[in-house]
Amino acid sequence: MTRHLTRTLLSGITVAAMLGMAVVSTQAATLHMAWSQDATGLDPHKQTAFSSLRLLELIYEPLVRVDASLQIIPAIATSWEFSKDGKELTFKLDPKAKFQDGKAVTSADVKASFERILDEKTGAAARANFLSIASIDTPDAATVVFHLSQPDVPILTAMSDVNAAIVPAAEIKAGSIGTKAVGSGPFKLDKWDPNAKEVLSANKDWAGGATGVDGIEISVLPDEAAILAAMRTKQIDFALLNDPLVATLVPKEASLQLNRVPVLAYHVLQLNPSRKPMTEFKVRQAISCAIDRQEVLDTASLGEGKVTGPLTIPALATDPTQLFCYKRDVEKAKKLMAEAGFADGFSATVIGATGEPPTAAAEAQVIQSQLAEIGVKLDIKMMELNVYVDAWLKGDFDMAIALNGGRADPYTMYNRYWTKAGNLQKVANYIDDTLDSQMQQGRAETDPAKRKAIFAAFEKHLAEMSPWIWLYTSYSYTAQQKNIAGFVPTPTGTLFSLSKVTIQQ
Amino acid sequence: MIYLMRRLATFPLVLLGVSILVFVAIRMVPGDSITAMLGTEAGLLTPAQRDSLAAYFGIDQPWFVQYWRWIGGILYGNFGISVTYGRPVLDVILERFPLTLELALLSMIIALAVGMPAGIYAATHSEKPSDLGVRIVAMIGQSTPSFVLGLLIIYTLSAGFGVLPAMGEFAPLWQDPLRNLSQLILPAITLGFAFAASVTRISRSAMLDVLSDDYVRTARSKGASARSVIWRHALPNALIPVVTLSGIEFGYLLGGAVIVEQIYALPGLGRMVLDAILQRDYALVQGAVLFIAFNFMIVNLLVDLAYVGLDPRIRLGEQ
Repeated sequence: MTRHLTRTLLSGITVAAMLGMAVVSTQAATLHMAWSQDATGLDPHKQTAFSSLRLLELIYEPLVRVDASLQIIPAIATSWEFSKDGKELTFKLDPKAKFQDGKAVTSADVKASFERILDEKTGAAARANFLSIASIDTPDAATVVFHLSQPDVPILTAMSDVNAAIVPAAEIKAGSIGTKAVGSGPFKLDKWDPNAKEVLSANKDWAGGATGVDGIEISVLPDEAAILAAMRTKQIDFALLNDPLVATLVPKEASLQLNRVPVLAYHVLQLNPSRKPMTEFKVRQAISCAIDRQEVLDTASLGEGKVTGPLTIPALATDPTQLFCYKRDVEKAKKLMAEAGFADGFSATVIGATGEPPTAAAEAQVIQSQLAEIGVKLDIKMMELNVYVDAWLKGDFDMAIALNGGRADPYTMYNRYWTKAGNLQKVANYIDDTLDSQMQQGRAETDPAKRKAIFAAFEKHLAEMSPWIWLYTSYSYTAQQKNIAGFVPTPTGTLFSLSKVTIQQ
Repeated sequence: MIYLMRRLATFPLVLLGVSILVFVAIRMVPGDSITAMLGTEAGLLTPAQRDSLAAYFGIDQPWFVQYWRWIGGILYGNFGISVTYGRPVLDVILERFPLTLELALLSMIIALAVGMPAGIYAATHSEKPSDLGVRIVAMIGQSTPSFVLGLLIIYTLSAGFGVLPAMGEFAPLWQDPLRNLSQLILPAITLGFAFAASVTRISRSAMLDVLSDDYVRTARSKGASARSVIWRHALPNALIPVVTLSGIEFGYLLGGAVIVEQIYALPGLGRMVLDAILQRDYALVQGAVLFIAFNFMIVNLLVDLAYVGLDPRIRLGEQ
């Protein structure tokens, strides 16, 4: 009896499962997408999580955006111009630009958006990038003039970020930013079920023209191995991947294509120069000389990336082999340690965030074994991300394994750490007059060749002083079915080109 | 009845203790809703910006004020608002709970349907090769982590057979039963495998104990058939440890099966709590933990009541 009942039950379950599995199908005009981490909110001025930015870039538009080669291109603004003294920046808006509620995007919306960002009550993440804005004029509905307190070339790049998105003035007044998503971008958000699903539909009024698909459905599949499995069975057309271990499996699937592009974010070993013995310049240099960056990359990230110096922007980066001690030299490291009075080495703790990036623990382990050769005994402490962020923001660590975000402009990327007034100066814990003055020169200089020379000197000096040990830049990965056409991966990791992808039948 | 009333009367006290524990514990973990939202970019905020965001997240007041507000709200059925979902906490929890309950029930059905017959079979074939086989499988079942089994199932189905239940959008039972079952059967098997292994082991040992009792020998000597001895005489008495184990396991499962929900992308209670902790959604974590504790107490109570049904000698509440 029991045997019969069990058999019947199991057969029933199996048949039901197989029938259910057969139900899976793909709609032609909707792009089915997956990622492992969901957006954390809808307010474009407050969100900094990678997935939030990627989602919001499809809904909202900034004045300008950067293309795959990091050049500024039009978005809501069709043209822009700096005044000769660099203290006035004028934008002409696209007359076709419309919000998803049908209302035109006007200069009043631009002004209201930047005033919201600058208002401390908003808690806008990018406020620090716009502090040079003294006032904003709107001579007509299609013209915006930013008056700056000082020449600020990087402000244009900062304006290309979705954290500087233009939102409707009326929605700001209504206090509905963050609860209602009304942008002027290629897609409208129809549904958001946090940590589960987003449903986007094409914005027929988008000034950028028709989108390639009718909509995008984004599923949150927390395990990337499961994302790959769902792509194998064609449930998912397009996916964002973080883990290099999973990404390297994609090319083994005949129907799938892996897109990878070097990103601006960089993996780094942050030393704390306010803590002994990292206060000693020669100890920091010794650590730099003892680390084999290529081995860290090969072991922790399967070689998926490129050794980098402080500057990760391709147009400005120096060849890393020209930088201080980028070729491992253990003898030199030992000599520097002895000169600093630490011939027998020392003990220190390195912190890392579990799974953020996925390679953090492996990086710490390789560095631990490399530094052991010069007598540095590293204790690895892996923490939950928020606990790590808390310690990191307080500068409460000897050393930290970090994956820090990059920007399309070196000033925006580094002023927070290496200028005396930088917001994250207490995280870097290192004050250097040369770095500070190089940053200020780079901020004001409008000539591209001169800017490049300033930042090359900045990069060289930073590598020599070794407050941090820059390791490598990794890739941003997206996987897609081979019948998806038109996606352009970029170093910023933006998915904006999904607006033009098509699904080939 | 008096026992039941007495047990129910302890519920508010236990829940009060749980509420204090969860409230303090989640706040003692470094980081807050602001760092959870902004990550390292939180360092760019000015003090005024930080204050404004703290007020938005409701973490600008001293702890005791926050606790008083929260617990006061609960008395009126208001568990607070989730900052992640922008909706009342109780709504979010009740939306997730049916999936968790269904998954727990399915896992238990699988575990009992497989584990009990296997345990009884092993006990009645004690020390024979077939008993050894069952014990080895049970040992493997207990020691295989659910993420290994889950990923193995997913990989085998997708790479070997090109099929996989639809992931990403969960179909509730009342909307599409077939799709719902297809989405839950693999997670239930993944959870049920280890659960069944435990049931097998406990039912085997309980059955072995009972089979050596005098009354079983008496039944046999009176000429009762082997089937009757096992099913009528031995099994009811061997059920108590199985019910205890199943009750505890079921109670745990009602708290959500975090790893299995992660692997199969199921929007259950476990994943919701994990995400809420990572995003420092205090109201949601607190509400969910209280809800889970309440469920656990109910399951424990039901298990205790089940003892009376199984063994008339047991009188609950008597000294």
